[in-house]
Amino acid sequence: MLLRHTSKEIVNRKALTINPAKTCQPIGAMYAALGIHGCLPHSHGSQGCCAYHRSTLTRHYKEPVMAATSSFTEGASVFGGQANLVQAIDNIFTIYDPEVIAVHTTCLSETIGDDIPQIAGKAQADGKIPAGKYVIHANTPSYTGSHVTGFASMTRAMVDYFARSSGQRSDRINIIPGYVEPSDMEEIRRIAVEMGVRIILFPDTSNVLNRPQTGRYEMFPKGGVTVEELMSTGDSRTTLALGRLASGSAARALDTRCKVPCEILDLPIGLNATDAFVDALRKAAAVSVPDTITTERGRMLDIITDMHQYFYGKKVALTGDPDQLVSLSEFLVSIDMQPIHIVTGTPGKKFETRIREITGEVPHRVNIGAPGDMFLFHQWIKNDPVDLLMGNSYVKYIARDEDIPFVRFGFPITDRIGHSYFPTVGYRGGMRLLEKILDALLDRKDRDSPEESFELVM
Amino acid sequence: MALSVKERPDSEPERIDLNDVRQEILDRYPTKVARKRAKQIVINRAGGGAEVPEIEANTRTIPGIITQRGCTYAGCKGVILGPTRDIVNITHGPVGCGFYSWLTRRNQTRASTPEDENYMTYCFSTDMQEEDIVFGGEKKLRAAVLEAYEIFRPKAISIFSTCPVGLIGDDVHTVAREMKEHLGINIFAFSCEGYKGVSQSAGHHIANNGIFTHVVGLDDTRKEGKYSINLLGEYNIGGDAFEIERILHRCGITVVSTFSGNSTYTQFSNAHTADLNTIMCHRSINYVAEMMETRYGIPWIKINFIGAGATAKTLRKIARYFEDPELADRVEEIIESEMPDVEKVRDEVRARCEGKSAMLFVGGSRAHHYQELFREIGMITVSAGYEFAHRDDYEGRNILPDIRVDADSRNIEELHVEPDPERYRPRKNPEELERLAREGFRFKDYDGMMSDMPARTLIIDDISQYETERLIEIFKPAIFCAAIKEKYAIQKKGIPMKQLHSYDSGGPYAGFRGAVNFYREIDRMVNTKIWSAIKAPWQKSPELSAGYAWNA
Repeated sequence: MLLRHTSKEIVNRKALTINPAKTCQPIGAMYAALGIHGCLPHSHGSQGCCAYHRSTLTRHYKEPVMAATSSFTEGASVFGGQANLVQAIDNIFTIYDPEVIAVHTTCLSETIGDDIPQIAGKAQADGKIPAGKYVIHANTPSYTGSHVTGFASMTRAMVDYFARSSGQRSDRINIIPGYVEPSDMEEIRRIAVEMGVRIILFPDTSNVLNRPQTGRYEMFPKGGVTVEELMSTGDSRTTLALGRLASGSAARALDTRCKVPCEILDLPIGLNATDAFVDALRKAAAVSVPDTITTERGRMLDIITDMHQYFYGKKVALTGDPDQLVSLSEFLVSIDMQPIHIVTGTPGKKFETRIREITGEVPHRVNIGAPGDMFLFHQWIKNDPVDLLMGNSYVKYIARDEDIPFVRFGFPITDRIGHSYFPTVGYRGGMRLLEKILDALLDRKDRDSPEESFELVM
Repeated sequence: MALSVKERPDSEPERIDLNDVRQEILDRYPTKVARKRAKQIVINRAGGGAEVPEIEANTRTIPGIITQRGCTYAGCKGVILGPTRDIVNITHGPVGCGFYSWLTRRNQTRASTPEDENYMTYCFSTDMQEEDIVFGGEKKLRAAVLEAYEIFRPKAISIFSTCPVGLIGDDVHTVAREMKEHLGINIFAFSCEGYKGVSQSAGHHIANNGIFTHVVGLDDTRKEGKYSINLLGEYNIGGDAFEIERILHRCGITVVSTFSGNSTYTQFSNAHTADLNTIMCHRSINYVAEMMETRYGIPWIKINFIGAGATAKTLRKIARYFEDPELADRVEEIIESEMPDVEKVRDEVRARCEGKSAMLFVGGSRAHHYQELFREIGMITVSAGYEFAHRDDYEGRNILPDIRVDADSRNIEELHVEPDPERYRPRKNPEELERLAREGFRFKDYDGMMSDMPARTLIIDDISQYETERLIEIFKPAIFCAAIKEKYAIQKKGIPMKQLHSYDSGGPYAGFRGAVNFYREIDRMVNTKIWSAIKAPWQKSPELSAGYAWNA
């Protein structure tokens, strides 16, 4: 057994986290910053943070993930990291020439209390920031929140640093896609284009973390939201924020700063959440939904009605990030599956209330861990087994030990490809999720059926 | 103005002027940076018997330059203690550090029974929150240790400090000592905050000190066997240690402990009973070998199981040390029985790889060791460097007295070690040592990477992303070796990239069977036709008329 020390007996823990279902803020900030065109993320802390974040993102995307670090040593930790950051800014602009450096802090620089705007001001005064270039920042101490809140903070920094209102409203809609895959961001854009809506999508990691093999490496590829677009978010007609936790803060900041009204929606994963998104977009942009989108919806629904018998009553255990889990739970409930163990490492009361509402009708006791960890998740599964597991690659250890079908969903996925190319948002994304769930369930049925009831037609 | 270095036509590698390349790279940097990098980018003079040039190494990375390096915690918890399966390793800090070092290094382990302890699939963290930073985290750490003990009942628990722990002044060592007394199991802590030192290397040293102080020497049980050794600095990535153990077992050599691939707490605690310490990765583990020699009288030798030739040489060296004709004969027999399979594949692959070029920028020994494997299939290393090594790993241990100990190195404790009053037992007497030396046998020898490389090769320490890109553009090597962060930027340039930390899920590459795996892997990578598919047909000949060529 891979997790041979995980027993059924649950001991209450107050201090020890075992097999976390979250990671720290800075990696989320780094990921968000990669969604700005021409941006080099910068980790203000010791080297290891940057190395770990780059490695983890690289294993997940199988793509170049560039970022710089302030390389703190003991001296910087005692006297403050100003000299390191000023030197880093100078070196980065001289050697790599990005449009934007997006600095995020770490537990180290937060504990010593480095003031990034003050240091950036010093760099500016010293002439280290070339004209027309920017240094932005987000405070992301690793000892609060999780990678999701780090993403939210850097996304909000895009608004704080760039959004401005010219007094002239445009017809564009801001969409903040949330902490989703580049493929999902691409799909959200495609849906908007299909509906004839002009949008500004930020951040946007498509064509940054799912780029083609061309034989050429560009440190700053063509993807990402441009600074110019970010500036004009303040003139947009409205903002749709997808995912309360990852996108809410930036959307509210735009409302406060530039009086761009916002609507905060669930991530468009599954039928209802995608319906809500398309409907909100239609109303916000005052367009009608084209038949092509309605057809996609119909196809997705068709799969559900055709294959309903295989979904019905199946118990599922899921772990991941709050915004994803809300939509995913709702989706599973809508196809008559039963999410019964739901764990995120990211703390949040609202999350738990929301999941309780969503799973209110599930005819089974529902365990919610927020925050919880994968050790507890595994113990719940041992005590109350399920038919399907959904979560990141670490869940495969549980899947193998307990011999339960497993669909990879979330971050990080280090052992399969697909997530960066094929979305799980929108109707098409929903179709892909349904296909993955069915493949897992039916492969298992094929494996376990007695010979006489081995089915050709399913 | 930057000199323009002519990009190399494939047939004429010798036409590239390395001085120009070096100068061009340096010209891109701000003056101060260029001055520092100039000392870390050198043109090798060795090879032809000339003295190796001096290189700056193990000094601070320049902020913002985009380095390969990680931190002290990564070196201590990730590298050295990570591969031990039966110690509960608790990371004391915010959740990230523990999370990122959870199962990501491919250190294989094989518990001997299904019940045996194996915590390597687990990640333990105190997940410090803001209030712990403000009010101190000792209370939470104490509670975490207690919870770990109550749930798992392990034989040992270790604690790893992350950056904020040092800053807020949590006394992890006192917590460890108190909990050790309270629970009656071995509990020890490492002050391996990420900011200590200039790279992972500092973490290796701290880990060596800790394991030597708290574990080595606790158990005097001797493993059976006439020839007993420790295998130091072998981390069992992709199963390397399994292959080495297979070969040693065939030879009748007993491995008492491996530091630290496939290792256990018990192995560490009786490591002092071995009669010889053999060092694979000189950089990460030489400290513990030095200390074991002083305290227990175990001599150490540098060995290398990367490469079939190196493996044979290593086995002979071990046999030579034990001075037993029976072992020497057995070793020869094993080499003779293993080599035909190796040679068959080697010759086949060599025919397809001969003359192709490689670059290696990785680790603290791998960039050196793997050149051997490339040589065996006729490939040439045109440029190499380490991520976190010191000058002795480049220039050889004879320059050790010349290394200036700077403030960053002084931060890492040097343990003062004395001979153990009961357990000190010199394995060879002074006459034997002198005779062996006279016969050319070398203890504590490591000549470093440079003397093993031809003259006129470019050696670069702590290479930056910019330098990596320029090297590839200028030299167009057939293959580039580094690690995960570098991999895809290099492959996007159309150059196959082999990871030499994680092996890209491959391995083992050590020993005889490992060599075969490596030859085949490199053959696959440098000879696949897939790289020629980068251009679509319409990009190769965009003119519309081409389709109607038959009309002409």
